[in-house]
Amino acid sequence: MANRETIFNLAVALLLLALPIAANYAGEPFYVTLATRIAILSLAAVGLNLALGLGGLVSFGHAAFFGIGGYTAGILASHAFSGDPLIFGLPGTKQMIVIWLVAMIAGGIVAFLIGLISLRTAGVYFIMITLAFAQMIFYFAISWPAYGGEDGLPIFVRNQFPGVNTLRPLPYFLICYALLAIGLILFKLIADSRFGAALQATRQNEVRVASVGIPPYRIRLAAFVISGMFTAIAGALFADLNRFVSPSMLSWHLSGELIVLIILGGVGRLFGPVVGAAIYVLLEFWLGGITERWQFFLGLILLGVVLFARGGVVGLIAGRARHG
Amino acid sequence: MADPVLAISELSKTFGALKATDDVSLDLKPGEIHALIGPNGAGKSTLINQVAGTLKPDTGSIRFDGQELTGLTVAERARRGLGRTFQVSSLAPEFSALRNVMLAVQSVQGSSFRFFRPVMRDTSLIEPAMAALERVGLADRAHLPTSELSHGERRQIEIAIALALGSRAFLLDEPMAGMGPEGSKKLTDFLDGLRAEAPILLVEHDMNAVFALADRISVLVYGRVIATGTVDEIRADPEVRRAYLGDEA
Repeated sequence: MANRETIFNLAVALLLLALPIAANYAGEPFYVTLATRIAILSLAAVGLNLALGLGGLVSFGHAAFFGIGGYTAGILASHAFSGDPLIFGLPGTKQMIVIWLVAMIAGGIVAFLIGLISLRTAGVYFIMITLAFAQMIFYFAISWPAYGGEDGLPIFVRNQFPGVNTLRPLPYFLICYALLAIGLILFKLIADSRFGAALQATRQNEVRVASVGIPPYRIRLAAFVISGMFTAIAGALFADLNRFVSPSMLSWHLSGELIVLIILGGVGRLFGPVVGAAIYVLLEFWLGGITERWQFFLGLILLGVVLFARGGVVGLIAGRARHG
Repeated sequence: MADPVLAISELSKTFGALKATDDVSLDLKPGEIHALIGPNGAGKSTLINQVAGTLKPDTGSIRFDGQELTGLTVAERARRGLGRTFQVSSLAPEFSALRNVMLAVQSVQGSSFRFFRPVMRDTSLIEPAMAALERVGLADRAHLPTSELSHGERRQIEIAIALALGSRAFLLDEPMAGMGPEGSKKLTDFLDGLRAEAPILLVEHDMNAVFALADRISVLVYGRVIATGTVDEIRADPEVRRAYLGDEA
């Protein structure tokens, strides 16, 4: 069924693919890197969109999962580089696929533990308790010297993917783009599934969900874990993009950024995070070149969206969300 | 005599100094409609909420099909077959009537942790949900968002949900509220037939409906059951007339 939102989404997906390819062949690799940033932040925000958009869980702590993904990549790569074993004599690795899997599992476990406690609260308390957990992990990373502490941890050579030269910008972009595409497809499948129905109903009316015999807490916890896994993979990609991991990946600024991306693009909308990330990264690039206070203009746009376009940019273009 | 499906005994609940439920005992037998009446603030909804699990009683017990309900969550009680409707309709407002009922169907099938198959192409969810909506006469409105439906129609969705849950007892909190005279009449006929499927604990202010439907009536005043009996016994009870019915009966 081709409605306006589907057409708009396809157009965004194609643009995000075609522009960096064109830029690459025009000899402008910087724009490829910019597009890679957009893809990675999009994926992180797709993860948050699952909790926030579908489940109504305003997590102000998703930097925790982003940073855990990043540190997973950094730590595994540094052990592979030095040859020192990790815990239990396990070696490090330079293989992205292994890194993503470990990042996903680590992100999922931490999301489970954080969710177990914070999902017993709601509203402002939930926002604050997720923030508190993320800050705990942030300060832990700063004060743990083994992996760079406050200075962060370099990844000397970008990790490897079979058959692809990841050092060149375009192949690495394509890897990130493919993962974003998989993330979006999974988001769509989950949103339309029985689990997605229960999750979205939990956002709308928790008492109703419980009254038909579905436990809202377990639904939310599962959503929070899946959400954290998505964002952790994005973190691993981000570390490899910058070839550097620092505690700033864990900072509350990043948690806030992810929320802003989603609100800009459209809360709960499939392509909301992508549109939001594109606007954010491009604004940062263009306005950031003109003034250091570019976030002032971001603030103005956000204000405009919140006041006049509650469905974000996607809502503005494609109309209100519909549920069959 | 058949064992009661639902047995409430010596239930008490206080909010501060207010005794909202004061040593209440009543039961619900198979095939009967047991109406719970009383003035506003008598604690009728509070009692329903304790049975459904949204409120915790201070003392006393609630047994359903011979099993103690105390300590079970709302969701666990619903899965055991307690279907309740709310005094103020409580639905997922962005979802259509159909999707609200489909949620109940997927709960019955025990399958809310399925992540990939789209629900809107899943006939094993849609068909039972449509059937339930048809029974309450709402099939032609099934695809409208709940927020666009009238109060009366939302009431009907709640009943359709309770039906789709395959409930073994219904707790209906003022199902007639917000309905026109014609709607009330239809719903009265519908509930009359429903008791054969599962007994109903009915909280209702519409006395015509109560007198037409109830096998037994309990009168709640200030959290206490002051009388339980058949329609005729309750109508003749002087204490009930003074406390609640006044001259209208």
